[in-house]
Amino acid sequence: MKLSVWTYEGPPHVGAMRVVTAMQNTHYVLHAPQGDTYADLLFTMIERKNSRPPVTYTTFKARDLGSDTSEIFKKACKDAYDRFKPQALVVGASCTAELIQDDPGGLAEALNLSIPTIPLELPSYQRKENYGASETFYQIVRKLAKKSNKTDQLSCNILGPASLGFRHRDDIIEIKKILNDMGIDINLIAPMGASPEDIQVKTAKAHFNVMLYPEVAETTCRYLEKEFNQPYTKTIPIGIGATKEFIKEISDIFGLKTNNHYSERLRADWWSKSIDSTYFTGKRVYVFGDATHVKSSVKIANEEMGFEVVGLGCYNREFARDIRSLGKELNLDSLITEDYLEVEAEIQRLQPELILGTQMERHIGKRLGIPCAVISAPFHVQDHPARYSPQVGWEGANVIFDTWVHPLVMGLEEHLLHMFREDFEFNDSAGPSHLGGHSNHDININEKRKENINNIEEIIWEKEAELELKKIPFFVRGKARRNTETFAKDKGLNSISTEILYEAKAHYAR
Amino acid sequence: MNISSSLKIKQGCNNVPILKEKGQNEVFCGLTGIIWLHRKIQDAFFLVVGSRTCAHLLQSAAGVMIFAEPRFGTAILEEKDLAGMADAQDELDLQVEKLLERRPEIKQLFLVGSCPSEVIKLDLSKAAERLTLKYAPNVRVLSYSGSGIETTFTQGEDACLASIVPTLDDTSQEELILVGALPDIVEDQFLSLIGKLGIKKVTSFPSRTKNKAPKVGKNVKFILCQPFLGDTCEALEKRGAYHIKASFPFGEEGTTLWLKAIAKAFNVGENKFDEVTNGPRSRATKALEKIKQKLSGKSVFFFPDSQLEIPLARFLVRECGMKAVEVGSPYINKKIVLSDMELLPEGPIISEGQDVDLQIERCKANKPDLTICGMGLANPLEAEGLATKWSIELVFSPVHGYEQAGDLGALFYRPIKRREVLQI
Repeated sequence: MKLSVWTYEGPPHVGAMRVVTAMQNTHYVLHAPQGDTYADLLFTMIERKNSRPPVTYTTFKARDLGSDTSEIFKKACKDAYDRFKPQALVVGASCTAELIQDDPGGLAEALNLSIPTIPLELPSYQRKENYGASETFYQIVRKLAKKSNKTDQLSCNILGPASLGFRHRDDIIEIKKILNDMGIDINLIAPMGASPEDIQVKTAKAHFNVMLYPEVAETTCRYLEKEFNQPYTKTIPIGIGATKEFIKEISDIFGLKTNNHYSERLRADWWSKSIDSTYFTGKRVYVFGDATHVKSSVKIANEEMGFEVVGLGCYNREFARDIRSLGKELNLDSLITEDYLEVEAEIQRLQPELILGTQMERHIGKRLGIPCAVISAPFHVQDHPARYSPQVGWEGANVIFDTWVHPLVMGLEEHLLHMFREDFEFNDSAGPSHLGGHSNHDININEKRKENINNIEEIIWEKEAELELKKIPFFVRGKARRNTETFAKDKGLNSISTEILYEAKAHYAR
Repeated sequence: MNISSSLKIKQGCNNVPILKEKGQNEVFCGLTGIIWLHRKIQDAFFLVVGSRTCAHLLQSAAGVMIFAEPRFGTAILEEKDLAGMADAQDELDLQVEKLLERRPEIKQLFLVGSCPSEVIKLDLSKAAERLTLKYAPNVRVLSYSGSGIETTFTQGEDACLASIVPTLDDTSQEELILVGALPDIVEDQFLSLIGKLGIKKVTSFPSRTKNKAPKVGKNVKFILCQPFLGDTCEALEKRGAYHIKASFPFGEEGTTLWLKAIAKAFNVGENKFDEVTNGPRSRATKALEKIKQKLSGKSVFFFPDSQLEIPLARFLVRECGMKAVEVGSPYINKKIVLSDMELLPEGPIISEGQDVDLQIERCKANKPDLTICGMGLANPLEAEGLATKWSIELVFSPVHGYEQAGDLGALFYRPIKRREVLQI
């Protein structure tokens, strides 16, 4: 038994749902008690899906346990087959149904349906969501994919995009552009958008596979490599460097001419070099999420943003080794855990200036007052935006630049904060000026302001000091005035000379 | 006082045959109640003994996750727990020990049973007894089941409150208990109104902390604030308390009938009643006037969710002029919703349980102006052109009583208004 407060991953059958829901003409009959239908709302709410996930739940109850739950399952299968007319039926059990051992696979087989049935054995008490997604995709491909000749033109499959994946919807569009730019045809994208017939007929036609998300597609890619002699790409093209490396990896396999596949669409490189970005340099960053996005983000943070990664970790143990070795390379401890309290403790210990994490880390950040950008599932509805916002490729690099910078204080503003850091309305805890959400603070400020006005009424500015003050840029003049007055008051002075003005400036500068 | 007989309508729906269907139920399980119970009962921790699915449900139902460390968690069963029972009990003790060490402010611990713990017959009541002995008097440990195989959604609160009833102290005094977790603002309004009626001793159940729990006995009367508290009602009756039956306090009419039932049980005179309620009552009427203009004549379809469906249908039909097409409820306890059923005019299909695919077909065929359903169905139905109100909001928001009558109406009007406003 293990106490869990929040979980990074759902149970394995939710992973299966992510694959099936992404596909076309596929239906999943899930032997599950009443209540497990909650999983539908992950798709309809977080992803704003406009149709029900293609899942039938048997929703058995206590009184059914005494009679025959396997009959309920068979009826649900038959009804789903008649009602939804899928090309393939995936069947399995959730955690409770696993305990009653009804054998959904055998029961579905016995119905002799005219379509393939794909039984899933997902051990709910050992494994988790990502395993469920990976295993489901693998079982579907294994059962359906048929041998075939390769296409005449160089072509590939893009494997891994699934429902509720972090920006998978947009990554597909971006990766297609990049591959098309290289003159490579897209043969099949799966599971997202693929039907069982597509998987059956098309899979083996491709010359190679793009493994876009190892969490979902690695097992399948390995199988296809062995079965159909299809090599697969190991580089995940998230980040500028990784995208170049990805292009090189494919070019090397197939002897393509590696033109400088630089894109006019890439702006993130210049954005990062431009002087406003100098304030990123050495900013301390903590990275946590799924292994794939963490690995990419660490590289981007260190090499493309000029941050300093001070800690990293992932929640999916299947990829623990990768993350540990990356940690070793960087001389950092890596945290492999599914307990968000451990992550919180680690972040508290390291006191980074920015967190790159999941929805959980966003909450941790809120609690600790540290800005956070989301880089990985699990994510909130606000991280599934209407606009095109991929993570992979050139546009992905642009999106990542913007997203990570957003929670931070911007260039010149940061310098001013250093200068006037104890100013009552313009200080570190007031947060970046382009972000709201500091209302409580504002209330305190107002009280403080009244206090200030009363207290500093008698302070007189000498004429020269007043002139000097006017030389300070208008947008900080008010703050400089108040800071100087506060400084003077603390010193027990009742008039301000030019000297005092600069003493105050020196006092408040870092 | 014959108010309810004067309100009697030609034919209520209390005698119409109920459509009972079996099939896929698109509902939450009773664990979901923890989301509001843990905010309401401030010294309690809810420890679900279940699977990763249970933990995932709780965080998905909480939707926008609560920022602080919540006072609930899941002890996730693993392979080794499933192997042998003695093992699981020991493991549970260990988890509880760790938990109470870290959260010393906890005074009540609820061990909450789930589908897997029920199926493997893990005896949580035995565990609760054992742990109560161990941690008394600081912490009281109770158990109830929120499993999907036994409870739907709001029944979890019922099971939780019913588990507390046997622990309540005895009293011989005449007291009133308001039963059901309400948002604090509503609870305070009710306590204030009832106080003004001259009823001296009123308590809420559940109480915000263990030491403020109500007492129970032969002279205690109680009224339900929520229609899903059948087991709690029975448990209180078993302790000798008297159940004041009434319509539920939604809208002006519902709230008046509910308060009148209390007034009658405590012999409050009619003049006094009017003096106390006239103000808020006319405010509620006024607030509803505008909404009624908007909703009048529009049709409404309820998918089963919280057991609030029948009282809310009564409100929408009688106070907002809507036409109910179907009123689905996961479970209909006639003893408790009888007054609302008598007032809800015959006409709509009254259904209990669910075959969601068939029900969706009925809903689409009827094209109601407003569909009340869970979050799993709402977006898909919106995409097909139906205006929907997701029902969980009705459980989480302050909707009871006079001062919220307008807000309650507005909740139902908002999706319709949105369709009128949007030009896309």
